[in-house]
Amino acid sequence: MSTKKNILPGFNLSLGYTILYLSLIVLIPLSAAFIKTTELSLNEFWEVVTAPRVVASYKLTFGASLIGALINAVFGLLTAWVLVRYKFPGKKILDALVDLPFALPTAVAGITLATLYSAHGWIGAWLEPHGIKVASTPLGVIVALTFIGLPFVVRTVQPVLEDLEAETEEAAASLGANRWQTFSKIVFPAIWPALLTGFSLAFARAIGEYGSVIFIAGNIPFVSEITPLIIYIKLDEHEYAQATAVAVVMLVISFLLLFAINGLQWWLNRRHTTSH
Amino acid sequence: MLKKLLITSLLISSAAFSSLSLAADNNFLNVSYDVTREFYKDFNAAFIKYWKDKTGATITINQSHGGSSKQARSVNDGLEADIVTMNQSPDIDILYTRGKLIPKDWQKRLPYASSPTSSTTVFLVRKGNPKQIKDWDDLVKPGISVVIPNPKTSGNGKYSYLAAWGYVIKKGGDEAKAKEFVTKLFKNVPVLDTGGRGATTTFAQRDIGDVLLTFENEVNLIKKDSTQQFDVVYPSVSILAENPIAVVDKYVDKHKTRALAQAYAEFHFSEAGQEIAAQHDLRPRLASVAEKYSARFKPITLFTVDEVFGSWEKAQRVHFADGGNFDQIYNK
Repeated sequence: MSTKKNILPGFNLSLGYTILYLSLIVLIPLSAAFIKTTELSLNEFWEVVTAPRVVASYKLTFGASLIGALINAVFGLLTAWVLVRYKFPGKKILDALVDLPFALPTAVAGITLATLYSAHGWIGAWLEPHGIKVASTPLGVIVALTFIGLPFVVRTVQPVLEDLEAETEEAAASLGANRWQTFSKIVFPAIWPALLTGFSLAFARAIGEYGSVIFIAGNIPFVSEITPLIIYIKLDEHEYAQATAVAVVMLVISFLLLFAINGLQWWLNRRHTTSH
Repeated sequence: MLKKLLITSLLISSAAFSSLSLAADNNFLNVSYDVTREFYKDFNAAFIKYWKDKTGATITINQSHGGSSKQARSVNDGLEADIVTMNQSPDIDILYTRGKLIPKDWQKRLPYASSPTSSTTVFLVRKGNPKQIKDWDDLVKPGISVVIPNPKTSGNGKYSYLAAWGYVIKKGGDEAKAKEFVTKLFKNVPVLDTGGRGATTTFAQRDIGDVLLTFENEVNLIKKDSTQQFDVVYPSVSILAENPIAVVDKYVDKHKTRALAQAYAEFHFSEAGQEIAAQHDLRPRLASVAEKYSARFKPITLFTVDEVFGSWEKAQRVHFADGGNFDQIYNK
């Protein structure tokens, strides 16, 4: 046992519960997926997960998720800023609207988006004459993934912005900083870790998204087929081991990416605190 | 381990169904494919009445619908269906090969290879047929947009694919010609939905495509339901899509519903059952019923899967397995 006493009591008990809970909810199902793939030999595994069609789906899934998360990082930050810093009528309603993509069943979101962006839909009818096709293209995948990721950035940045006291900005201004300097030196470093968290949550959510995407994607192999659909198709072909093999690759890539983002955040946090 | 977990999650997700079917012997579960919802609403009502008149017992029939292959997978993974009604025999075969839930010769246990009804793949086009689509050859022309559900996940899509292939063979073409034709056809497909109903929505609600390929019974349902106007086009030749049915031995024995399930299966072949099927545009087997409803079913040349492809098992292996002909269409 550690010699250093924790100030808070109940450390052993709560850690025990945490590990048990994580094991039951996260680790056991995940390890089951890993075990299932051992039905394949190493060669078979490699063949399945590097098949050209599967590789094309990784590129689409991770690429579109990244773009969606980046869009959300920019506009989510803007939305959070507006919601925290300004007072205007209807603000409460706008605030509630942000959570809608959370609450809406993803299939409903998918059907709605597909209808809106199809050639005769409200938005599609307007875009199509300009040569922009959204429904049944990779662009449609990005639209869906942007939609479902929106709340993450707003909801992680919002409380940090609220805590940020206006006095620090006033102080910066009174010391002669212009608006850009105040933002880049004072505000941005403070919200940056939260923004990164929001970004990685939106990104992770987008990678696993299925329901909203399949309705708008068109699901054409090599063009608009996302990895979760590949897994679904393999299950329908009763190729359970192959399906889990692709799932394992997705998990590993996602884990590495999230791990890298967390590492970046930690590094930024440290730099931020030591430089002051 | 994974299987256990899958079973558990399936049981939870289908708790309503399984708890009912576990509870007593006067209700049972029919696991069916995507586009039979409306048919079974009427059929079940008729059977419940028939059973009540015959035995005095009141029964409840639970229905589950979805893509044919997905439904078969659910039953294999532990969804305790007393009856399965599918749109292609491979989805019932799998209950023998994977789950040993039924015997190998299940098709011999009921008349007509256990298929009380059939359908066929036809075309649905927009009112007035603006693109002048008359036969299979018109589908591969440049600029024609064709909606077909994904053959990988949908029995409906498999039939469309095989019908196009068989059309070339029937016309005297060889395998290479057929492959070229089907490749061209799928290059004209902008959306691959995972099931028949999805494809219907894409075509009818979202206005995508010039023509939808789907079952005859689905086509007539769309015509009835939709406010928009459509025309049905019968190609010169198409495929016979048989809709097989099987009593799931393992689960009827467990639930003690064998007699009831057997009677339900047989009711499909009765005059009353066949008539309800015909009213829902499913082609009946009984000559008397077929005659009565002959105006509904245009006589066209139909070929069977066995005739052109040897067997379903072979068609599955050559065309839809990983790396098979269908995958090659999209490989660059």
